[in-house]
Amino acid sequence: MTQESVFDFIVNKPEKKVLITMEFDADLPLVWDAFTKQEILDQWYAPKPYSSRTKSMDFKVGGRRFYAMVSPDGLERWAVQRYTSISPKTNFKFFNVFTDENENPDPHGSDWDLNFSEQEGRTRVHISIYNESMERMESLMEGFKIGYKMTYENLKEVLAALVQKQKQA
Amino acid sequence: MMRRDIFQAIADPTRRAIITLIALQAMTPNAIAENFNTTRQSVSKHLRILTECDLLKQEQQGREIYYSLQLEKMKEIDIWLQQFRKLWETRFHQLENVLATIKKQKK
Repeated sequence: MTQESVFDFIVNKPEKKVLITMEFDADLPLVWDAFTKQEILDQWYAPKPYSSRTKSMDFKVGGRRFYAMVSPDGLERWAVQRYTSISPKTNFKFFNVFTDENENPDPHGSDWDLNFSEQEGRTRVHISIYNESMERMESLMEGFKIGYKMTYENLKEVLAALVQKQKQA
Repeated sequence: MMRRDIFQAIADPTRRAIITLIALQAMTPNAIAENFNTTRQSVSKHLRILTECDLLKQEQQGREIYYSLQLEKMKEIDIWLQQFRKLWETRFHQLENVLATIKKQKK
């Protein structure tokens, strides 16, 4: 790998979108497989030391990937990605929503749009994620939110109390 | 000073506990350390990392140094976004490695 790696992450708050661009030193069919085949997806989708466990995956329009992010101490955070559109080796779209272990979804999810293109043996992936509410952006966080949630609930209360105190002072 | 990201700051349970503790009131390193079943040295290291992330600020009061929380840094959405960025950056590097391995196996 002689060229520098390309990774770009842009937040567009007015449009409620997150845009991610990545470039890989690999040809398009391989990168496409890495995003659409569960045996490769599970190798990179969870940030270590978490692991990604796909329970079932059917990559076709109307199909879905039902998977969990598993923490080192075995806590599971389930989510489902329902494929809404597929143009082989060019684009696919899915609706991502968190669920319980029985696949009962949360009320809100996010829309993902992934574009693939190749130039001179390098493959670019553009991901656009639309969340209807920026305040719910946190729901984009997957399994590794588990450990933080409690702390943040606590912290939020503590901070709210603190701000109240400052106002009174 | 080395720049660190907030994700790194809150990736550790002790550091999260320190944040929660300090949110209540400014505290000296000794007072903070009393709350943890760990060495003073290890608490100092956590305080240094949190300070480098701009989450804590230090104030000299007499002979003591007090640590307090930088409230403006704790804007929740931005922290989540920062973490989300970090998540994808990690995925990116992991995928780079996976692709390199698959390419090698094919040869």
